[in-house]
Amino acid sequence: MKGARNRPGNDPGPRPEVLLALFAAALLLFNFPLLAVWNVPATVFGLPVLPVALFVIWAGLVAILAMVSERRREGGDGPA
Amino acid sequence: MIPAPLVLAVSIGYLALLFTIAAAANRAAAHGRSMISNAWVYALSLAVYCTAWTYFGSVGRAAAGGIWFLPIYLGPMVAMLVAWIVVRKMVRIAHAHRITSIADFIASRYGKSPTLAALVTLITVIGIIPYIALQLKAVSAGYQILTASGGATPAAALPWWRDGTLIVTLALALFTILFGTRHLDSAERHEGMVAAIAFESVVKLVAFLAVGLFVTYGLFGGMADIWAKAQSVPEIAALFSPNTSRAFDYTQWFALTLLSMLSVLLLPRQFQMMVVECTDERHVRRAAWVFPAYLLAINVFVLPVAIGGLVLFGPGRMDAETFVLSLPLTQGAPALALFAYVGGLSAATGMLIVETIAVSTMVCNDLVMPAVLRRPGFAARAPGDLTGLLLNIRRLAIVGVLLLGYLYFQVAGEAYALVSIGLISFAAVAQFGPALLGGMYWRGATRAGAFGGLAGGFLVWAYTLMLPSVAKSGWIPDAFVRDGPLGIALLAPERLLGLSALDPLTHALFWSLLVNIGLYVGLSLRRAPSGAEASQALLFVDAFARHPGAGAPVFWRGAARLDDLMALAGRLLGPERARAVFEAHATETGIADIGDLTPDARLVERVERALAGAVGSASARVLVASVVDEEPVDMEDVLQILDEASQVRIYAHKLEAASAELKAANAQLKTLDQLKDDFVSSVTHELRTPLTSIRALSELMLDAPDMDEAQKAEFLRIIVAESERLGRLVNQVLDLAKIESGLADWHTADVDLAHLVEAAVKATGELFRARGAQVEAHLPQGLPTVRADADRLMQVLMNLLSNAAKFVPEGGGRVDVTLRREGDSLVVAVKDNGPGVPAGEGDTIFEKFRQGGDALSRPSGTGLGLPISRQIVDHFGGAMWLEQESGGGATFAFRLPLQPGGGRTP
Amino acid sequence: MNGQVNARAGASGKAGEKVLIADDEPNIVVSLEFMMKREGFHVLVARDGLGALEAIRREHPRLVLLDATMPGMTGFDVCEAVRSDVDTRDTRIVMLTAKGRETDKARGVGAGADAYVTKPFSTRDLVQTVKEMMARDAAE
Repeated sequence: MKGARNRPGNDPGPRPEVLLALFAAALLLFNFPLLAVWNVPATVFGLPVLPVALFVIWAGLVAILAMVSERRREGGDGPA
Repeated sequence: MIPAPLVLAVSIGYLALLFTIAAAANRAAAHGRSMISNAWVYALSLAVYCTAWTYFGSVGRAAAGGIWFLPIYLGPMVAMLVAWIVVRKMVRIAHAHRITSIADFIASRYGKSPTLAALVTLITVIGIIPYIALQLKAVSAGYQILTASGGATPAAALPWWRDGTLIVTLALALFTILFGTRHLDSAERHEGMVAAIAFESVVKLVAFLAVGLFVTYGLFGGMADIWAKAQSVPEIAALFSPNTSRAFDYTQWFALTLLSMLSVLLLPRQFQMMVVECTDERHVRRAAWVFPAYLLAINVFVLPVAIGGLVLFGPGRMDAETFVLSLPLTQGAPALALFAYVGGLSAATGMLIVETIAVSTMVCNDLVMPAVLRRPGFAARAPGDLTGLLLNIRRLAIVGVLLLGYLYFQVAGEAYALVSIGLISFAAVAQFGPALLGGMYWRGATRAGAFGGLAGGFLVWAYTLMLPSVAKSGWIPDAFVRDGPLGIALLAPERLLGLSALDPLTHALFWSLLVNIGLYVGLSLRRAPSGAEASQALLFVDAFARHPGAGAPVFWRGAARLDDLMALAGRLLGPERARAVFEAHATETGIADIGDLTPDARLVERVERALAGAVGSASARVLVASVVDEEPVDMEDVLQILDEASQVRIYAHKLEAASAELKAANAQLKTLDQLKDDFVSSVTHELRTPLTSIRALSELMLDAPDMDEAQKAEFLRIIVAESERLGRLVNQVLDLAKIESGLADWHTADVDLAHLVEAAVKATGELFRARGAQVEAHLPQGLPTVRADADRLMQVLMNLLSNAAKFVPEGGGRVDVTLRREGDSLVVAVKDNGPGVPAGEGDTIFEKFRQGGDALSRPSGTGLGLPISRQIVDHFGGAMWLEQESGGGATFAFRLPLQPGGGRTP
Repeated sequence: MNGQVNARAGASGKAGEKVLIADDEPNIVVSLEFMMKREGFHVLVARDGLGALEAIRREHPRLVLLDATMPGMTGFDVCEAVRSDVDTRDTRIVMLTAKGRETDKARGVGAGADAYVTKPFSTRDLVQTVKEMMARDAAE
């Protein structure tokens, strides 16, 4: 991150389409009706499914976001 | 259990440590080295989101309702997914306009409206004070739990000077004043504060994880063990079972997620850290995932601690919001309890510091300053430095906000759980959502819409959420909430229009946002934006359309005096910083002395922007307007200014295009230069060759007077021939240079080609006779004439014929010259029965100094005849080419176009 | 015609030594031939690079007057080929060129020519150069 200090505005960053898709996916995964799918009286590894599912989805989203954010993109749509 | 002096000493020691870190960061910043300018520190500073509410309240909420603490953190996760799009834009806009608070942001967007800024500030103060009280309550409660024996809350009130909460409040006020109000220009940011907050984020995370690990693996055998033990207690098992009689409230879940999504962007402290304190917008990229990862980490042990506490203490025996402290304290780990307390202190102080700085800036810039400016005795032109006044207003605001929080805590704090207080504040700041986010993407939004939306939403929030909370504290009769005002059930605060399907929070959020968005959109659509609104709208919505700092149009018309501007800037920024602003402008515009600056729109705008950093955009607008003569900018002006700006852009584009053309021309010149070099080099070579023979033979003759006559005669013959060659070469080079440079004289007239060919054949007859070759011309009669230079065409024909004469075999040579009409042109062809042009040389034969055949057979060639001939033919719009005969021999031909109506008709 | 070598009649050189003249300009060949014959060499003539190389390999001339810019194989190429062949590497080569550029000179020396003479040359200087070269060889 240190090398990228001199010229702001040229960093294309992650693609907006990807971020918006993730945003929509996250809203769906964290809410009804998908939430009802995790909300069952079963356990995994001796733990209730709902919190485990939420934490796993959460970790997954963080991982994907980290991946798309840290990937260097060549060129891109920075201001010309 | 832990002696009070020790707890106090640790608390004060911790604050002193924060102080040291902040001081170090400030020192580093003063030396030009930023400790906070990296994405990790930025991400940690965002974790100011996790307050005492998270630290203590989450466990309480988890103990009461299982996973219901989670939506408050899932919302930020969802919001951060689009941080690169939304937050980066906020940062870009805020930095471009020196925006230092959320009130400033919204007011600036809607035409720098002081009223709007005041409204946003008012909502913030009212909305956030409960939240501040919450933090004080947490610190105070934690202190009491650690120092009291047993877990019960001591009811006896202490005299105020022994009240730990008040002491902490005042200490924090001091800390905040020291590090939040050292400089006036908030756009310069608070490096020390950010460093301290990032450190606090680490402390609270580590402390909470330590407690989590202690409970999960120290007191129990892991998470599964806690869950298994909980199942054996029916009351706890029922609490966490998904299929209990209580249906899962998905609507409330969604409402909480939405609420926290908005809050993570709109809370004053989040805006302060995320937007105002952001040193580089590219840090958003990494922070967008590091911050949610932090939230994930700090939440992992919430459920285990909550359930573990319930199992150990038994349900309902101990306030679950104290589990983080009481579990280690009662289970034989007092040192860990003290550390956990420091973590909680971290969470609370971090929030308090940032929130009060943010709110005090807003109070100063958007509530107090406008009032001061409107005071009759106050004149902007009056002398005197106002920087001290501004700083003091802010300091007072900090103390005031914290004391208000303390007051709320004393009055209403005990009545409410931490979580409920926090959510009330969340719902208040959520009202900023439509005006702020809408303003960033919708050009048509107007000040009236924003004002209506904010005011309406805020009133609904106050009625449906704030009022019932006050009622629960006993200040208003219960019946008001239960039955509605005057018993009108349709107006009951928590069941407006009889809507009882929603829980109170969702109910309040639904109605307030409905009214908010409805008014915002409705009022915005009613009337087109004014000039001031439209110009700001363009600057905000198109924030990414421009390079940062360059070429933004300036929407200002009027006349200003340099002295007035300097005096104004000096009063509000201090003389040194004011001078720096003007010097920067002078440097940018290429003026040596700031006294020579022209007070044009761009300078006025620059001064206003600098003032905005100090007093907010709305106050800055009022101040600047008071010292200059302005013409109101209407919609037409905005369009015209935009047009001028786009003219500048078009001009820039043209410049770019011109420079590209120049580059191309330069490249072409270089190629030409190379060609010229090659040409000169070739000419030199061609000149040196005959010169070599002439010189060598002359010298030999000179050195050998006894040379026999025959030898002498041969040498002399060669010398003469080479001299002729040299002369021819010089003539042809000059000829070619003239033609190519366009300096040649052309005597254009009607030319009878048949006549010309006949003359050329006659003139070269001696050449053919000498080689014993036959030449025959086939010339049809009655062909039209062409417009050309007869002498030049003669040159071409002679060149072709003499070439043919050179290459035909000795003795048996035959050359045919034909003239014919082909469509709109006449074609002359000279065909020989020589060896032909070697394959592969056909393309280059017309280039300069490329001669066909080997050296022996072209003793008098210069290699320029054909290129000159082709140039001549080209000049008259014709073409010259080579036809290879399959049975040997070559045909050189050229075509000249007939002038329409210019010749004899057959 | 290319590659043909004419051994012209004339007085044999001092030690009957052979000199090859390689140039595509006939009138320059005339002057060089006259000069070398007068110095007592047995003169061979080649009109292009390939012919020159063939003649050198077949006749092993003591000395070659080599034009740098001949059609086909250039004098530089010929020079390099001669130097890389064990049989012919001791041949003395005087490079003649009509281009006086320093780069060409460097190229000629780099290719392994013993001397480099720019056209138009002085006949006396050229003869002097050749004489010195022969004398040096004789002394060794």
